[in-house]
Amino acid sequence: MTIELAKTPLDAWHRANGGKMVPFAGYDMPVQYESIVTEHQACRNAAALFDVSHMGRLRFDGDGSEQFLDHVLTRKVADLPIGGVRYGLICNEDGGILDDVLVSHVETPSQRRFHLMVVNASNREKILHWLTPLLDDFPTVTMSDRTELTAMIAVQGPAAMDACKRLFSFDPTRLKYYRAVITDQFAKPVIVSRTGYTGEDGLELIVRAEEANRIWENLLLAGRNDGFSAAGLGARDTLRLEAGMPLYGHELNESIDPLSAGLGFACTLKDRAFVGSQALQQIADSGPSTVRVGLRPEGKRPAREGCPVLDREGQRIGEVTSGGPSPTLGYPIAMAYVDSANADDSEFKIDIRGKLVDAKPTKLPFYKRPRS
Amino acid sequence: MSRDESKLLYAESHEWVDLAEEDGKAVGTIGLSGFALEQLNDLVYMELPELGRELTAGEEFGEVESVKAVSPLYSPVSGKVVAVHEDLPENLEKLNDDPYEFGWIVKVEVSDANSVESLLDHAAYQKQCAEAG
Repeated sequence: MTIELAKTPLDAWHRANGGKMVPFAGYDMPVQYESIVTEHQACRNAAALFDVSHMGRLRFDGDGSEQFLDHVLTRKVADLPIGGVRYGLICNEDGGILDDVLVSHVETPSQRRFHLMVVNASNREKILHWLTPLLDDFPTVTMSDRTELTAMIAVQGPAAMDACKRLFSFDPTRLKYYRAVITDQFAKPVIVSRTGYTGEDGLELIVRAEEANRIWENLLLAGRNDGFSAAGLGARDTLRLEAGMPLYGHELNESIDPLSAGLGFACTLKDRAFVGSQALQQIADSGPSTVRVGLRPEGKRPAREGCPVLDREGQRIGEVTSGGPSPTLGYPIAMAYVDSANADDSEFKIDIRGKLVDAKPTKLPFYKRPRS
Repeated sequence: MSRDESKLLYAESHEWVDLAEEDGKAVGTIGLSGFALEQLNDLVYMELPELGRELTAGEEFGEVESVKAVSPLYSPVSGKVVAVHEDLPENLEKLNDDPYEFGWIVKVEVSDANSVESLLDHAAYQKQCAEAG
């Protein structure tokens, strides 16, 4: 049996430019072009372009959209102004995380307002199935899956904003962090938001699928003298790990709740009822069972996902959820869950395939961009 | 003097071995092929075996890690480890440029001559790589 992989609108560009294609969440995606490290460094020092068209894009139209989203999200979005973007979680009744998402509230030039939710590629089908029955109580709200009609491109790095200054009718440097706007390039609509998943400044763009190649080439052209590079999923992962950002399927899954995942900031529990809120209130009252920590293993050998974490006495108290080398810092880093009781320990050990390695807790994020 | 990759033997798992006689004993120098190194890319860590360890052909003797993945190293031959390239883990960036000379990993005193019979010659190995894409 062969599984038919979906292709993004930029598939041909990736192949023509040395993209090493791998299956990811049902899509054929470039994991790297030349080198993960080079692409990673391009993002930290100049800017990198990522094809993130595999991410799910769900649009909500109609009266009551904000009430519906407020009902399914851990974070209050009913008060999200036009142009606002918010990070939140979708939980089940037990408080288990179904997905982590970004919700934007935008307005078209013809003054039509809607909400857009960007979900993880691997969770798109699940979230569609989860939300569909919940919509029954909101008959005026329509949900449409825009993923295949559109493409999504992230441009991230210290040189990203300047290079994008003149690419659209609206100058995106006027956008504040976590704000979005619908503008256009050559009269073709583009949703521009000042968000990202790398720890760098930059934009995420959503365009019609047929415009993807033109926008991509324009971005490369705009950054040709600044060292812009296309980057694959490999660099995306090392960048988000340095930035201490959780990734669904690694730090997040249905058996962990947002409070134990260190995402309490994305939960508005006070005076709100939403799917999972009762369970989360109980967890908040009794205190979460685990904490997410950053660890720096001694030496050069990276700890990988699944490596057991031990306390000073050698008792197993947790597990690495993501780990690898940090190209920016030059040493290995890892994120792990450990028992809350060990949250303030100053020493840990990681069992890296049979060898015990000392590891020091490190404040997340591992890397913070210099303030300009 | 540079090692001629066309005269080496190869394991399906991408290690090369250069068989030579040293002091009347058959010694195999082992490394990782240029093809494999290119696939791995961006190496960050290498774990070497201890001197004197007895290896059986096909046995894991160490590992090499790239940014994304851990790859075991398998011994193409049976025998005792008589030399270990200790400078290599600190100089992994040189490995890609020079996989057949600087890139030697261990030397093994071959105890079982039969263990080399299943290895591929250069042409057969190249064919395998071409099929792997």
